[in-house]
Amino acid sequence: MRASRRIVYSGDMSPPTRPPLPRGLVAFVKRDCPTCVLVAPVLRRLAEAGDLTVYTQDDPSFPEEGMALDDTSLEISWHHDIEAVPTLLRVDDSGEEEQRVLGWHREEWEQLSGVEKLGRGAAGEDELPDQRPGCGSLSVDPVLAPDLAVRFGASALAARRIELSVLEDEIEALFDRGFTDGLPVVPPTERRVLAMLEGTTRDPSEVVATVAPDLVECTVEKVAINAVMAGCRPEYLPVVLAAVEAVCTDEFNIHGVLATTMPVGPVVVVNGPIRRTLGMNAAINALGQGNRPNLTIGRAVQLVVRNVGGGRPGEVDRATFGNPGKLSFCFPEDEENSPWQPLSADFGAEPGVDCVTVFAGEGPRNIVDQLSREPESLARSFAVNLRTLHHPKALLGFDCMLVVSPEHSRVFAEAGWSKRQLTDRLHELLMIDGDEVVRGAGGIAEGFPEGMSGKRLPKFRPEGLRIVRCGGGAGLFSAMIGGWASGPMGSQPVMREIRP
Amino acid sequence: MTRLENGSVKPRLILDPTSEREPAIRQRLPRPAQLRGLKVGLLDISKARGDVFLDRVDERLQEAGATVLRFSKPTFTKPAPLDLRQEIASKCDAVIEALAD
Repeated sequence: MRASRRIVYSGDMSPPTRPPLPRGLVAFVKRDCPTCVLVAPVLRRLAEAGDLTVYTQDDPSFPEEGMALDDTSLEISWHHDIEAVPTLLRVDDSGEEEQRVLGWHREEWEQLSGVEKLGRGAAGEDELPDQRPGCGSLSVDPVLAPDLAVRFGASALAARRIELSVLEDEIEALFDRGFTDGLPVVPPTERRVLAMLEGTTRDPSEVVATVAPDLVECTVEKVAINAVMAGCRPEYLPVVLAAVEAVCTDEFNIHGVLATTMPVGPVVVVNGPIRRTLGMNAAINALGQGNRPNLTIGRAVQLVVRNVGGGRPGEVDRATFGNPGKLSFCFPEDEENSPWQPLSADFGAEPGVDCVTVFAGEGPRNIVDQLSREPESLARSFAVNLRTLHHPKALLGFDCMLVVSPEHSRVFAEAGWSKRQLTDRLHELLMIDGDEVVRGAGGIAEGFPEGMSGKRLPKFRPEGLRIVRCGGGAGLFSAMIGGWASGPMGSQPVMREIRP
Repeated sequence: MTRLENGSVKPRLILDPTSEREPAIRQRLPRPAQLRGLKVGLLDISKARGDVFLDRVDERLQEAGATVLRFSKPTFTKPAPLDLRQEIASKCDAVIEALAD
């Protein structure tokens, strides 16, 4: 996902231990690399011609005794992002790298060093081929790299270290400290967090959001720690970061979503090519268990809210029931097979751009209609079910996310109904007589004041019904996900682009 | 846990996932505001004369308006069995464990 193999430190984050390079020409080699052996005479010539420092990664006596500095610890190579050997650098008087060449390439070496006829004999004959690729630097060897990252890079991680005692089981220790959502979490070691940060190009110290209820500034690093705990892979991190950003907006209002007694939590819908890149599941059981990115991305968002924001059940989270989706509720839209534009496009995103949309929702409730083959009939089926959301008398107070399955969406697609058309028709069908919803109507005390009698009111505000398409290929069902207090006084869905 | 070449143990570190507003070491539960109305368990670990000490604590707690429930471990040589711990946790607001000798 990213070009660089490790965190890019900026400004104050530069670890003080980063060793400077000497001025002049600097070469990195290892004896185990045939190209390095090939260029050994060239290195001797450059050493005679001027300032050359050679760092050797495996054998301090290579290219010859006394010529090279020992970098068998790989500290210099690691800090200066050496990816291949031989690498030739030119470093200015202030220690800044000006130029680098990877592998042997006569013209580039001559241009970089200012020394001519490299790799040629006295008569000008070729002693070396014009070019030859090098080998991988030991500092990026997959076996060594994770330990090097911890040894040289962990000092850039700002989070407090918690030492576990000898007798503590690490999984139990995380439960005991209140860091989990009730399920075991992956211990966030330096090694795992550094690996997680490989998933983004963003600086670990960058502030992603201010997380309610404690209104704490949350850095990329803190999100990464919680993403490790949730079980995310590094490539999921950009999705988690975007979802955390979206959840922590005034519009979404996570403080209110937590504090309400209603059973809602962040529902994260993912759009764009990243759904497929990560292997998310938009098909069978899309809203259920079994898919790692679906489950861990949603869980990571909730762990950030819990651990960084301090939003814990029984404290600011006052939900009467809650719902199982508060552990994690994240799914991708099945854009490829959908007759409609993706959800993110309803919020203004270009189709094909990676986005998350967060919605404060309860658990999904199934709508069964196995006989409607005409769009009008199916829309009516949806409407009578949507009418009951939270209470058949509840109007205008709550949004809804309607998840339409492949078999149901086909009925609309075959009749040429756009998403707009379906939404408009549902709004028409969901204009309710005030007489039905006033207090006492139907023998039910719940309801609107008597003054509503004789009026007609919509079930949802104009933008209060959002349609998403996903699910398994078989099943004439759709699902509705009820929201919390809608609009600026409650929570509004928020879309954010996913940045690398 | 990793044992280093010199025999010492490398500490196991995790990174704090929180806002770091609380101390890193585990905190004690807050002390009860008052004894009156509190259900206090007294756990006798079955060492000699532990009961003498606990009888006196029992008297003092009852004078202060607490309800006292008495428990005892089958033997001081082993941790309290799970069902005893669960019984105490479900019946009491606080527990005092008495050593003796």
